[in-house]
Amino acid sequence: MLNRVYRLAAPRIVEPVEVPVELTADSVAVRPTHLSICNADVRYYMGRRSPEALAEKLPMALIHEGIGRVAFDSTGQYAPGTRVVMLPNAPTEEDEFIAENYLRTSRFCGSGFDGFMQELCVLPAARVLPLPEGIDLHVAAFTELVSVAVHTVSRFERIAHGRRDVVGVWGDGNVGFITALVLRMRHPEMRILVFGRNSYKLADFTFAETYLTTDAGRAPQVDHAFECCGGDGSTTAIDQIIDKINPEGTIALMGVTENPVPINTRMVLEKGLRVYGSSRSGRADFAETLALYEQHPQMVDYLGALVGTVVPVASIKDIATAFEADARKSMGKTIMEWQM
Amino acid sequence: MGKVYAAILAGGSGTRMGNPDKPKQFWLMADRPVLVHTVEKFCMVDAISQIIVLPPENWLNQTVDIIQNYLPQFADRIAVVAGGAERNDTIMNAIAHIEATAGLEDDDIIVTHDAVRPFVSFRIIEDNIAAAREYGACDTVIPATDTIVHSADGKVITDIPVRSEYYQGQTPQSFNALRLKALFQELAESDRAVLTDACKILVLKGEPVALVQGDVANMKLTYTNDMRIARAMIEGEGEDA
Repeated sequence: MLNRVYRLAAPRIVEPVEVPVELTADSVAVRPTHLSICNADVRYYMGRRSPEALAEKLPMALIHEGIGRVAFDSTGQYAPGTRVVMLPNAPTEEDEFIAENYLRTSRFCGSGFDGFMQELCVLPAARVLPLPEGIDLHVAAFTELVSVAVHTVSRFERIAHGRRDVVGVWGDGNVGFITALVLRMRHPEMRILVFGRNSYKLADFTFAETYLTTDAGRAPQVDHAFECCGGDGSTTAIDQIIDKINPEGTIALMGVTENPVPINTRMVLEKGLRVYGSSRSGRADFAETLALYEQHPQMVDYLGALVGTVVPVASIKDIATAFEADARKSMGKTIMEWQM
Repeated sequence: MGKVYAAILAGGSGTRMGNPDKPKQFWLMADRPVLVHTVEKFCMVDAISQIIVLPPENWLNQTVDIIQNYLPQFADRIAVVAGGAERNDTIMNAIAHIEATAGLEDDDIIVTHDAVRPFVSFRIIEDNIAAAREYGACDTVIPATDTIVHSADGKVITDIPVRSEYYQGQTPQSFNALRLKALFQELAESDRAVLTDACKILVLKGEPVALVQGDVANMKLTYTNDMRIARAMIEGEGEDA
């Protein structure tokens, strides 16, 4: 079948391409309905990646956060119309020790391979999961991002020592919000401190204690920490974490940076800290995220606060409107109601 | 809500193509006949109960084979029925087939589409179904880009109409099936021969026909050159493919 794929050919230029796709015995065809824009997509769209990266990756369809309805399932597992979340990670092998999202052989939609900006996404059956009945579709659209936080929290639970009374989250953006929220749902007794630069953003973290980074002296020391800043904020955040963390604590790095970050290794050594990176997620993390939605319906309500601009997209011009809106936002998620 | 049927009109004789013996819907593009690409698109729309493919009578067997070979997983949703002499006769054959098999209800919709428009999008198909349900009939159009020149005698200009009020018709054209049939049957034999466009039957009777926004990519493969353009639109299909 001919499938129309909307590829970014060059910064700000989206071109439709007809791509022949084959429905194999294992594939599910999904009509995307709600696509959520990630900062990584915006960096490509605006041309904020290095010329080498742009030359290597483009043309490519963007978007790795999205949901849709099953149009056809070769395996017969899902009835047409079933609402599903699409998994962007596609492992090509299994490994006893290494998670699918860290295997160098895995393919990732929207980074090196076409993302979800297509008429129809044809995925292996294992790369979709059914959504809970009646879920807010604008929230469900960014389930992938939530699954990334769930993945990190699951790693934290495996890696961190058992004293988890006070945990700090650095970053008052989307990732900080979601990570703090996942911690709150999974660890109701935990004292969660969120450190950020913007009091108007911190005001929305009603389920945690909040501190301006300039006022961090007031905050207690933390047992473990999550860095959710990325970009230019990484350096100062990691510096402050190393200062505020107790010995033998763990630091999860979740923020993406384009440039190397200097780290105070002397204090990392002296305190015996464990620093681990965490990115993307796998099928188990998506399943766990959907289970959390069902166990804690209030989590979906909290996440609803992140839904920013919702743009109905029925033309390439509308795609531009959505990306331009996302580039201007200070926080929240831009959702495309995909009608292409 | 009524059922939705699709009629894929594959009755073109193909004599305008470079190869006069083979209708253009059977030409290969990205390793499959054009017709297969078109039918597959409709198979992916779950609102459509059945897809009726209507080839010329002398291509009936080959069409059945092609559907069986390329789309076995959808065979239970596809019927192959011989087309008629004219476009509207072909549509009536589709309606007659539905009446004879599933039966037609008052609210049932028929989405008619040219087999030689394989680049139709899901959005266009879905908008057709919605518009046919709301208005009883719809036509897929794109705004005219070239200036339209009206000449009654073919020698001098009679008029140059306001372009913004003119559109180019594509397909699908979708209808309340029983309403279309009733109006068609009201036509005199002489009118039937002249009315090559199904929407015009409704327009002449003063019935509303809604506009559905088409797409320049939803091109009709009419001339040999069109196949070259179509291949250029497809990834991996070079000019020499």
